[in-house]
Amino acid sequence: MNQFLLIIVPLVGAALAAAWPSNRTRPWFLPVFGLLHVVLTFWLFINPPVVAPEAWLGFDPLARAVLPAVSLLFLICAAYGVSYLRIRSERPNRVFVALLLAILGLLSAGHQARHLGLLWIATEAVTLAAVPLLHFNATPRAFEATWKYLLVGGTGIALSLLGSFCLGYASLHGGGVGDLTFTALTAQGAGLSRPWVLTAWVLLLVGYGTKMGLAPMHTWKPDAYGEAPSIVGAILAGGVTTVAFTAILRVRSVVGAAGEGHIADRTLLLIGLFSMLVAALFLLGTRDFKRMLAYSSVEHMGILSIGAALGGAGVAAALFHVWSNGLTKGALFLSAGNIRRAAGSPSMDDVRGMSLLTPRSAAIFVTGMFAVTALPPFGPFFSELQVIRAALAAGQGVATAMFLGCLLLAFFGLTRVVFGIVDGRPRPTTRANAQRFVETAGVIVPPLVLLGLSLWLGLFTPAILREAWAAAATQLFPAP
Amino acid sequence: MSGGTLNLLIGLAMGLNLLALGSSRLPSLIRAMSLQGVFLGVMPLLMEYETLNWRVVAVALATMVGKGVLIPGLLRRAMRAANIEREIEPFISFVPSLLLGAGGTIAAVALARALPLLPEHAGTLLVPGAIASILTGFILLIGRAKAISQVCGYLILENGIYLFGLLLIHSTPLLVESGILLDVTVGVFVIGIIVDRIQRAFDSLDTRKLTTLRE
Amino acid sequence: MTLILDLILRLAVWLLLAPLLPGIINKVKAWVACRRGPPVLQLYYDLAKLWRKGVVLSTLASPGFIAGPAVAWVALTGAAMLMPLGPAGSALSFRGDVLLLIYLLALARFCTAWAAMETGSAFEGMGAAREVSYAVLAEAAIIAAVLSLSVQTGSVSLVTMLSPSAGAGAVLLAAGLFTVLLAENCRVPFDDPNTHLELTMIHEVMVLDHSGPPLAAILHGASVKLLLFAVLLVQAVLPMGELPPLGVAGALAAGVLVVTVGVGLVESLLARLAFRRVPLLLTTAFLLCLFALLVAWKGGAK
Repeated sequence: MNQFLLIIVPLVGAALAAAWPSNRTRPWFLPVFGLLHVVLTFWLFINPPVVAPEAWLGFDPLARAVLPAVSLLFLICAAYGVSYLRIRSERPNRVFVALLLAILGLLSAGHQARHLGLLWIATEAVTLAAVPLLHFNATPRAFEATWKYLLVGGTGIALSLLGSFCLGYASLHGGGVGDLTFTALTAQGAGLSRPWVLTAWVLLLVGYGTKMGLAPMHTWKPDAYGEAPSIVGAILAGGVTTVAFTAILRVRSVVGAAGEGHIADRTLLLIGLFSMLVAALFLLGTRDFKRMLAYSSVEHMGILSIGAALGGAGVAAALFHVWSNGLTKGALFLSAGNIRRAAGSPSMDDVRGMSLLTPRSAAIFVTGMFAVTALPPFGPFFSELQVIRAALAAGQGVATAMFLGCLLLAFFGLTRVVFGIVDGRPRPTTRANAQRFVETAGVIVPPLVLLGLSLWLGLFTPAILREAWAAAATQLFPAP
Repeated sequence: MSGGTLNLLIGLAMGLNLLALGSSRLPSLIRAMSLQGVFLGVMPLLMEYETLNWRVVAVALATMVGKGVLIPGLLRRAMRAANIEREIEPFISFVPSLLLGAGGTIAAVALARALPLLPEHAGTLLVPGAIASILTGFILLIGRAKAISQVCGYLILENGIYLFGLLLIHSTPLLVESGILLDVTVGVFVIGIIVDRIQRAFDSLDTRKLTTLRE
Repeated sequence: MTLILDLILRLAVWLLLAPLLPGIINKVKAWVACRRGPPVLQLYYDLAKLWRKGVVLSTLASPGFIAGPAVAWVALTGAAMLMPLGPAGSALSFRGDVLLLIYLLALARFCTAWAAMETGSAFEGMGAAREVSYAVLAEAAIIAAVLSLSVQTGSVSLVTMLSPSAGAGAVLLAAGLFTVLLAENCRVPFDDPNTHLELTMIHEVMVLDHSGPPLAAILHGASVKLLLFAVLLVQAVLPMGELPPLGVAGALAAGVLVVTVGVGLVESLLARLAFRRVPLLLTTAFLLCLFALLVAWKGGAK
């Protein structure tokens, strides 16, 4: 029952927010319902319910390992959202608030979906719900980004539907009844028709990989993250991509059950390394610090994909990375939003010396950058270390070397842009613009909290979290 | 009997693909797409006419109304509201795209013979039709400059996936089908809104003007 | 003796009936436009008048200016002799005569274009260039159609190719061949026979400088070609194998009449295509014939 509440509560919140008359007080719906969701999620996290195998929706180990991170990230972003929408009080926020809450509900549905069709519906709905959020700023650039997001994302989502049908047909062709719950598909295992399973895997990987932002299907990401409000960027990068990742993990377990796991692993490894490489190269070239975050997100999706390719230990490490990356990236997005607002431009050609104008945001931005490039003792360092350990244990020496090389390149790219913005003397125009922006507690505390969470995750990874990640890995890769 | 009629309908839908590729004006492109939608709506009725139940009828009706009337209506309205020129400007001009589409159709027929299919599906054109429509959709998506023609390409792509989905008509539950249909409709609705906004922001629906964002 | 009689009879039928077709087309167009229109036999009067007139010759022109139309006319008449007429068969039939038919048509086109170039006028040259470039595309469609017919029947002789019942791709083939007919005979979506603006003409601009008997030969040859294509279309599509000979003749005549009226209707209802759209339509015709070929192939494999 409670797992349905996770979906229903935010959706009710969305409906209420849509009906609420006051533009000024409406943003408070975000933290209130975010808090409710967090409480519910962590209650379920500590007392995991028993999920019936044939259930279409359930708080199963995989959902337990990921959903709390999304929920936590949403709550903190929601708190930031209140101050953000106060600054942007000139724009109507009815659609914005309602759809953000709807996305939370749909994300909960997507993470808990144990049925291929339901998973698709939830993911597509999240994609569509995010559209009006992207063009909240209503600039021509924002519409251009939205259009590209719609076309690329829509095509990806269409391909994943085709892949779902192919998987269904694999079951039908193998003599099954075409039951699309993951439990039934895994149970049919080797009875699935091989050619159709492989077709389905390719289509689903491309489809959900588009949603996740793996290269070469990542092209919507820089545009969308660059033009959307930073709070939307944080939720897209930490929540929406995660649901696509869990989708790929669930499909991967079906493909593994059908006996084609090694092929799936190889494609995941290749696409992951390719994403890291592409992201690292683009990071060396970009001059826009919000687009930089998008490429960094592509890079980390590559890390997740590599983790997923390395079997049980790798999946546990990847799930750890979902937490550490989501929270750290959230801190980066929110502080970048502050800097963007104060500087009036996202390009390092125009922006300099932000450490003088917005010292607190700049400090968070720099620290977050070091955290996300895996500086100890932050979370990403430990999660990436685990991925490397898993890779070496699996005998993937060359892949590990490439992985480390890409990390180094990405580090150069990120520091180049970040210090270009933070350092130096601010331009007069920037100085004038920055005077209208005040670093209130409302916009500083949320990214600081996220950064703190990342640090806490790295230093004192709670045993219950480790246990949750390991349980999810055993759910996907049952010990032979 | 119904198998022959079904194949005829799918063949016509494949012909409409080529028509869509060759049409040089937006209204005829939209018409080809909506006609294809109606054909697609009739197909489940033909496939299931022995064991007809309310579920199949509901899906068929929803498809016909959604793909044949609602979505094309929305697009026509967007076209009128945006007051754009009716001429389609192609990146890939008509003759090459037509030849590509025809080649794709032939390849789809050949490919479908190589795929392992259940005996009851081996004789139908469902799989070739699906592959051909998906290819057509991609050609339109890549090869046309106007936002509305790209949307039409996207919808033809969806039609192809729907054709493939008909293979699973016995096993997918109604909830899933209606959810998928709903998502597609909402998707086009959202696209319609964006098209409208793009028109206002850029004073044009030519996607070649959307080139500010790049590295 | 019977052979010669047959040949003479056949020639008489082709040559005498052919000018009727443009007359019918014009009548249909007039009828759609609610006009009275020229009499059905107008072309006969025109031909008779032209035959009596003298020839204006440019000082630049070589004998090819006269020889071109004459050779074209002979080639078209020869092609008509190859075309079987239902139960009567054709005057001359052998393996591969369909190739000869295609070559004769090409020869006729070449000669008209040659004669047009002889005048040294820019307009005629332009018309010839257009005619030939469209013909290249139309020829691809004809070859695909011929291939589909020969695959369907397993023969390369016109008599056997055109005799059997229609295959599954008959509708596709009919649409493709009808488009080719319109293109080859310079009818409306491709060319407007009534236009008076040289820049937009294709076929008409080629014959602007001809006069007298050569012009008569060109006009008559064009009508023979129209009849030829109509007969080909009807025989390729209609299943007439089981009918009695008289029925076949009736069906053939009725089919040709339907095609002619169809051309008239197309001319009244459609506007001419812009030049850059023409290749698209011809490609469509080619694809229609190609898919007819595929259907014939697939049907044959089963």
